[in-house]
Amino acid sequence: MSTDTHAAHADGHHHDDGHAHSTFSGYMLGFVLSVVLTAIPFWLVMSGTLPSKQVTALVIMAFAVVQIVVHMIYFLHMSPKSENGWSMMALIFTIVMVVIALSGSLWVMNHLNSNMMPMHEMTGMK
Amino acid sequence: MTVAVNPAQTGEPVFYLADEHPHPEGYSTSLGFWIYLMSDCLIFAMLFAAFGVLGANYAAGPAPKDLFDLNLVAVNTSMLLLSSITYGFAMLTMQQNKIAQTQMWLLITGLFGAAFIGIELTEFAHMIHEGATPQRSAFLSAFFTLVGTHGLHVSCGLIWLVTLMVQVWRFGLIEANRRRLMCLSMFWHFLDVVWIGVFTFVYLLGVLR
Repeated sequence: MSTDTHAAHADGHHHDDGHAHSTFSGYMLGFVLSVVLTAIPFWLVMSGTLPSKQVTALVIMAFAVVQIVVHMIYFLHMSPKSENGWSMMALIFTIVMVVIALSGSLWVMNHLNSNMMPMHEMTGMK
Repeated sequence: MTVAVNPAQTGEPVFYLADEHPHPEGYSTSLGFWIYLMSDCLIFAMLFAAFGVLGANYAAGPAPKDLFDLNLVAVNTSMLLLSSITYGFAMLTMQQNKIAQTQMWLLITGLFGAAFIGIELTEFAHMIHEGATPQRSAFLSAFFTLVGTHGLHVSCGLIWLVTLMVQVWRFGLIEANRRRLMCLSMFWHFLDVVWIGVFTFVYLLGVLR
């Protein structure tokens, strides 16, 4: 009985040894994309090509997000299949926590700053 | 071992796992290490949040524009990026069982990493020399904490790298060493991911502000 069920269990449960099958072309593609995605934001800021600072800021943040995804795929070999999907689950959970922490902190502290009494009024209150 | 809950009953028996069936040693290491990296990611998220909140409070001290040299940051970024690709080559040669080439790529990775730390320490020393110390303003406290924590991680990665080179030198590319190199690979590439956030949010957006 025990051997039967064990065999059935082992069949449906592949042990992913976690050793991603990295290839030379994969690493090179990731590297070339990273170089391009790093060089453009540096060039944009150092040359000041774009007319407004807001636009430049948004563009370089978009480049950062794309480059992080490139690193995740080509260097960290993230895929929905690795570790039976558990590493992707951990990543999604972490991203949710990071978004809450970052947006929450910035939002709360921004409101705190704008509702705080200015310093010069405080000094005159004695 | 699997135990049948109700073996007397005919039809579909219900099973539960009384014991895990045997696993090869270290089979869950990469997932566990990945979860550690995710916790590290949360640490950096908090430091980024602190920098986001405090980064504009200069206390009449120097602003990013006065302090940061983007040329130097670009050189530094390329050091880390190059060390990432050379670590990738080390992993590829490891898969082909070429010990000497693996060691050579690990050494090159370590040199790029050391160059990164060297440039960063030069930058810190220059800033502190100019009076831009961590105590000067909230911006500088947040800056040194965030960038310093990243630098500390890279330094620990370097110690780990040298340790693994000695391990590979003594025992060769045995299964345990492959697993360790795999973990360091994730750690190293992860630090490069964090650095993308650092050069974008701290340096580029700081100079832009």
